[in-house]
Amino acid sequence: MQAQAQTPPPQPAKTQPLADAIVQKFPGTTVDYVREKRLKVTTAPEKIKEVALFVRDELGFDHISCVSGTDWIAKNEIEVIYFVGAVSKPGQEAIIVALAERPKRDNPTVPTLIEVWPGAEYHERETHEMLGVVFSGHPNLKNLLLPEDWNDIPPLRKDYISPGR
Amino acid sequence: MTIQSEYNPDADRIMSVALGPQHPGAGHFRIQLWLDGDYVVKAEPDPGYVHRGEEKMGEYRNYIQNVPHLERPVILDSCGILFPYALAVDELMNNKIPRRGQYLQVIMAEINRIVSHMYFIAIYGIFVGHTTMITWAMGDRDFWIDIAERIGGARVTFAYIIPGGVRNDMPQGLTERALKTCDWFEKRMDEYEKIFFKNPIFLERSEGIGVLTKEDAIRLGATGTVLRASGVKHDIRRDEPYSAYPDFDFEVPSLTAGDCWARAYVALLEMRQSVKIIRQAFKTIPPGPVRLKLGPQPRVPAGEVYARAEAARGEMSYHLISDGTPRPYRLKIGVPSFKNMIMIRELLKGVHVGDIPPVYWSQNFWPVESDR
Repeated sequence: MQAQAQTPPPQPAKTQPLADAIVQKFPGTTVDYVREKRLKVTTAPEKIKEVALFVRDELGFDHISCVSGTDWIAKNEIEVIYFVGAVSKPGQEAIIVALAERPKRDNPTVPTLIEVWPGAEYHERETHEMLGVVFSGHPNLKNLLLPEDWNDIPPLRKDYISPGR
Repeated sequence: MTIQSEYNPDADRIMSVALGPQHPGAGHFRIQLWLDGDYVVKAEPDPGYVHRGEEKMGEYRNYIQNVPHLERPVILDSCGILFPYALAVDELMNNKIPRRGQYLQVIMAEINRIVSHMYFIAIYGIFVGHTTMITWAMGDRDFWIDIAERIGGARVTFAYIIPGGVRNDMPQGLTERALKTCDWFEKRMDEYEKIFFKNPIFLERSEGIGVLTKEDAIRLGATGTVLRASGVKHDIRRDEPYSAYPDFDFEVPSLTAGDCWARAYVALLEMRQSVKIIRQAFKTIPPGPVRLKLGPQPRVPAGEVYARAEAARGEMSYHLISDGTPRPYRLKIGVPSFKNMIMIRELLKGVHVGDIPPVYWSQNFWPVESDR
């Protein structure tokens, strides 16, 4: 079995048309930044599944890269971000689309996106235990990295202070 | 393959067995298995035994203090995990790294890739009962560690790639020795092919086992060797070139079989490319400074970046948020082992108990990296 020949380098990444397409289709979304290879849009948790399906099916971002969360304690919000890339669409391999939602910190319930990107399952589980975000529809939200008997607030929230600090 | 499993826990014939966490192969990691005779009906990875809270630790330390502890999750590939961190901080600070520094970043990252892949192949050998491979690969790995030691000053955890470039220049007279090692290693890899990759016993144990199709690899978010062994030619070094990688001529090897053999062999093909890159880098390394002087507490402007690099195991990514204070507001590490963990669950379904070791180890899974 031989390694395949190298394909020619992809064309330069273009993110602005992608941002325009998302905003045109979903007027409620806000574009946080458009950089050469990065694009971040924020949408409401109720809308995120539709936007995610659009990003996957119409724009070709089929490969989940990471799911991250941030506790914005001053704004009383928790931000959940899906970073998705495109591995099978030529010319878009360099681009990462960040799809964000900001549920309220007191009751951060958002729909799960594992039907859109099945690879997000463990990432969402980690976000759940580390930040307390509840992904409704997720098949298993048990602790993954934390001990089963973890009896404290989620550790990556800003009001959790590490022991000894 | 579907995400929802269809096993029945009440059936009498189903036996649940824990593989690990005290297991010589699984490492600090447990796989809960449900067996029906000799077949795995369901498998559930259970990480977390070595979770150390690297992300929370990162919020208590400044951008330079974060360097040594961030490489701990994957000491075999310490440059692989620090490279995207340096890229993220450099992007926030808008640093222009000197060319020589970028070349040294690439040299060390590629040496680390070889060191990590050698370990992977060595342990693969012992997993399938091939004792020669562990002795050869572990022994030959040391020659690369020797070169890394000359550059980085330590044998595994160098803390070499830092924001602003690399920690120090390489010693004089290293080029000749490195090029000799490259020549010798290429011949050595031919011998690996003969004794291990073309070995009928290894072929018997790995060919056609644990097949991951291209569609599933993309759908489940596979990365690194796992993704490339399934026919997806995705490598961040080529698709989103960073540091000095645009200067070098190399190929992205990929195979289409997606089985345990392909996942092992693609690592060997990648090592050949790494040798190619190292040779070019040593021959063409420009003179000049190797780092920017950032000071012990660099001022990082407020902002948010998502930086990624191709580590030995796949896409290593950092989501870094700075609020203008000396410490990161959020430091998320997206590690390839965690991204590939779902593959263990999906691929173990339906295999023989005897095939668990190659299916598990061919994911190039490193529990400490996955736990962070």
